[in-house]
Amino acid sequence: MIHLPSSPFPALLVGLPILMATLSLFFRPGGKAAVGLMGSILTAGLALIAFVEVTQRGTVIHILGGWEPPLGILLRMDSLAAVFIGMTAIVGVFISLYAWGYFRAQETSAEGLPLFWPLWLFLWAGLNGLFLSNDLFNLFVTIEVIGISAVSLAVLTGKTPALFAGLRYLLAAITGSMAYLFGVSLLYGSTGTLDLGLLGEVLEPGPTTSFSLLVITLGLMIKMAGFPFHFWLPPAHSSAPAPVSALLSALVVKGAFYILLRLWMEVFGVSLTYAAGQLIGLAGAIAVIWGSWQALIQTSFKLIVAHSSVAQLGYLLMVFPLLILAPGVSADSADWLSPAWTAGIYQVIAHAFAKASFFLSAGLIIMALGHDRIESLRDLVGNMRITALAIGIAGVSLIGLPPSGGFMAKWMLLKGIFLSGQWWWAPVVLMGSLLTAGYVFMLLRLAFAPAREMNTFRPVPKSLEIIALMLALGSFLIVFPADSLIQFLESSGVFGSGIESIIEGGVYGND
Amino acid sequence: METYQIYSLTSAILFIIGIGGIFMARHFIKKIIATVIMGGGVFLSFVSFAQRDAITFADPVPHALVITGIVVAVASAALALALARRIYQLTGEETFTNDK
Amino acid sequence: METTSIMPLLILISSIIPGILILMLREHQVALRTFLNLSGAVAKVALIAWVFAGYMRGEEYNYYFRLAPDLSFALRVDQLGLLFATLSSVLWLVTTLYAIGYLEGGKHRRRFFAFFSLCVTASTGIALSGNVITFFIFYEFLTLSTYPLVVHRGTDDAVEAGRTYLWYTIGGGTLLFLGVVGLIVIAGPIYFGQTEIIASLASVNPTSLTLLFFLMLAGLAVKAAIFPLHGWLPVSMVAPAPVSALLHAVAVVKAGAFGIVRLVYDVYGIGVAEQMNLLTPLAVLAAFTIIYGSLRALFQDDFKKRLAYSTVSQLSYIALGVAIPGILSSTGAIVHLVHQGIMKITMFFAAGNVAETYGYKKISQLNGIGRRMPLTMGAFTIAVFGMIGLPPVAGFISKWYLGLGAAEAGSYWVILVLLISSALNAAYFLPIVYRAWFCEPDYEASKLRGTTRLETQALLLIPVVVTAIFSLAAGVFASAAGSPLSIAREIAERLYLYLL
Repeated sequence: MIHLPSSPFPALLVGLPILMATLSLFFRPGGKAAVGLMGSILTAGLALIAFVEVTQRGTVIHILGGWEPPLGILLRMDSLAAVFIGMTAIVGVFISLYAWGYFRAQETSAEGLPLFWPLWLFLWAGLNGLFLSNDLFNLFVTIEVIGISAVSLAVLTGKTPALFAGLRYLLAAITGSMAYLFGVSLLYGSTGTLDLGLLGEVLEPGPTTSFSLLVITLGLMIKMAGFPFHFWLPPAHSSAPAPVSALLSALVVKGAFYILLRLWMEVFGVSLTYAAGQLIGLAGAIAVIWGSWQALIQTSFKLIVAHSSVAQLGYLLMVFPLLILAPGVSADSADWLSPAWTAGIYQVIAHAFAKASFFLSAGLIIMALGHDRIESLRDLVGNMRITALAIGIAGVSLIGLPPSGGFMAKWMLLKGIFLSGQWWWAPVVLMGSLLTAGYVFMLLRLAFAPAREMNTFRPVPKSLEIIALMLALGSFLIVFPADSLIQFLESSGVFGSGIESIIEGGVYGND
Repeated sequence: METYQIYSLTSAILFIIGIGGIFMARHFIKKIIATVIMGGGVFLSFVSFAQRDAITFADPVPHALVITGIVVAVASAALALALARRIYQLTGEETFTNDK
Repeated sequence: METTSIMPLLILISSIIPGILILMLREHQVALRTFLNLSGAVAKVALIAWVFAGYMRGEEYNYYFRLAPDLSFALRVDQLGLLFATLSSVLWLVTTLYAIGYLEGGKHRRRFFAFFSLCVTASTGIALSGNVITFFIFYEFLTLSTYPLVVHRGTDDAVEAGRTYLWYTIGGGTLLFLGVVGLIVIAGPIYFGQTEIIASLASVNPTSLTLLFFLMLAGLAVKAAIFPLHGWLPVSMVAPAPVSALLHAVAVVKAGAFGIVRLVYDVYGIGVAEQMNLLTPLAVLAAFTIIYGSLRALFQDDFKKRLAYSTVSQLSYIALGVAIPGILSSTGAIVHLVHQGIMKITMFFAAGNVAETYGYKKISQLNGIGRRMPLTMGAFTIAVFGMIGLPPVAGFISKWYLGLGAAEAGSYWVILVLLISSALNAAYFLPIVYRAWFCEPDYEASKLRGTTRLETQALLLIPVVVTAIFSLAAGVFASAAGSPLSIAREIAERLYLYLL
């Protein structure tokens, strides 16, 4: 690990947002927003430069303060981290721009709202730190930073429903982190290391490893609202202000998925069993159906979108069983793994863009109507055509119709399903698409329907509508660099070592 | 039974008590205390792995981790307490039963 | 895929750019919008003519873009695709003119024309797709771009129809998706025309291939309105006339029929499909749909609904022709793709003219309409003769070849189906013609006059006359070089080269 080229970017990616966040605390509300927006733009710019650096130099590392592991902290930016950091930067900067306009346009400015900026930048620092972490404990710290800032953001309005939802969210998050940390302590106890790469090499199958795999996976599933731990997500995401909802469902839940993906693919290779994969896949499948169904029967826009997140996160869990073949089964083709994790990553990115767009549109609708009951969406097309278009485009990506990012994700997922011979997941994917089509087109149908009574749509800033539309378009545009992106991810060999051990774990090490 | 095994066992028991408390307790404060107990179990588990026999020196890493972990856990608990207090001030509620 | 050409991409761009620009215009910028629309339509026809000429000289026009491993966006020009692309683009030009006249003064015209352009992009995209994935992409894009057209009126009826339309098409799309992914997992990225791939797998993996064939067929049959998946078509008649015309004659239903043609001829190959016994169920279903559609049409009083059920029936001629192996029946199927399009669009234009000018939507109101709208009803009558299969109108050619093909293949029951269907066609179309020309109009109705000097606005009249002339010409000059028949014949002959 140490021989990799060193670069200051990993440290800057964590340090800069923390610096700007702290700086903004010294300003009055107006100044907070200015510093915050500046911080977002700088961080996003830095992230893109760092992304380019990784594409050119390959994986880079940074050892904080020159203190080497195990006591010091090593940050590692490989292609997977770079992709997640890049996604966070692009989605994050759009949400920041939106938030700037959104909070200015609010008629009643609650005193807590300007705190959005420092909290968001702390959250961003946590996310970047999470993606860059190379050891299990650092992952814990960053996910706690994320959790605390996310909960604080969710209760920003100080309204009662948000407080209840926030407390529930926080308790779930603490439970998840503690379960995760308990597993980490067991792993440390049995191996004496926390380094991801090293753990992947020295870990031996056994009851301790299996148990820590179980508690870590459960803990992370609580944090990413995987079924049956999804209960905290809809209230928390729907009661927050629009930019916050967008951040929470586009970015925050993806952090836990990132850890889970890394651990399953790089660390736990030896102790993964077919049954474990099937179980987590089952949880994902239920989440897809249940979440979509719940979304279909909601009557408020934000609740629909929040339940849809539960379903869309279910697709992420369905990636895991595809990584492990049934005992005794060998795949027809050598590259059967690649579609599965590509599907996961595309699902993450496409969902981030589409869901952010959805929540930002929801914010505009609330701004225009004062509420978000869906029967009032009638004749949205006539009144807010850009928002309606954004909802339509983002919705198409969620359903997974071509040529959207969501389509790419479903395509790869189905391919992975067929290649691994686990055809029983296919109906779930399709059913999920149909249910998603159900609620997306329910919204669009209302948007096209004639107004029953005079709906008074207050005018909303057009610039905000355009930001939501751009995010929606983003969920389509991400398809175009897909080929190079997949090659980029494969090139650095992030999954190389992990894949081999998974193959062994799946096919032979099944006991 | 070795000393570290006693610690390990205790940590597991504390962890389970914590989990049980989070799910079964209704009052906010009880739930928050349960998370703290859960955290206590986890930290004890780390410490128990620091020295497994009498010959080798104690491993400093778990101590460093636990100190960091405690700081994080305190912050989380503080935020939870603040939320619970605010909810009580606004609504007088102390449980999730009537949340809307 | 060595040489790439941007020509096929330009063909798509010629309608997608106007579509997006129109969406950004303001509602009152009528002149600019019309200019964009028409210049796009004309440019598309010109580009396709250019490509057609080049193709005939032996040039290749392929465009290729790799999206992901095994997932390439490919546009390829071949004769079948060009035939369909020409049909789409020419009828789009005509329908655009018609729509400008029909919707004059209506609401939300910006939205209408924008999605109209996107819709034709999708249908030319389907025509020029080089592989199954690209086909699927445009197939779904077509669903999405037609939805706003179906609900265009914004009434509760329209919104409800849109819902039915979506459930059918999204459901069908899902089945097709599953089939396409399965096919690619088994056979790799399949380009149209590479039938040898499936041929080599047919003995290895017959069960999966059969299953996938029927999955994809079911997905395509939704848009091709084959029984029992036809339910969306009559319902979506609430859309404005130009939409019905385009949906029923060209874009949507033809996408389904064209997909079936591609699936059988260019993916599985007619020989393999016959060997694997895939065609018999298709033939039976198509024959049943032909009779069923005609019977349902018989009992409709709503003018457009009768036309809709007639479409259900007529479309299955294509599927039937595909399902009977043989050069003659293949020729019949391919040529009917074009003939049904121009005849049916004539009928919808005529129905639209009557509704727009006099507000008549029921067949029982049409007494004596021929005297007041001689050109419209004259065009309609030509189309009716074509549908029934009277020479020399285009429809006769299709039926003649289908009948010959059936005789050649020894499927005499198909000839019986064709005869029954022709009789039924006559039974539900001729009364309209009779009423229009020979019944005395009601006293009140006879006093109504159009407001213009012509029987209706020129923009409504020209398209219907033009397409009627097309229908007639396609029949009269069927043997001329460059006629739809001679092109279809060439395509069909190439399909059976493997037999030689």
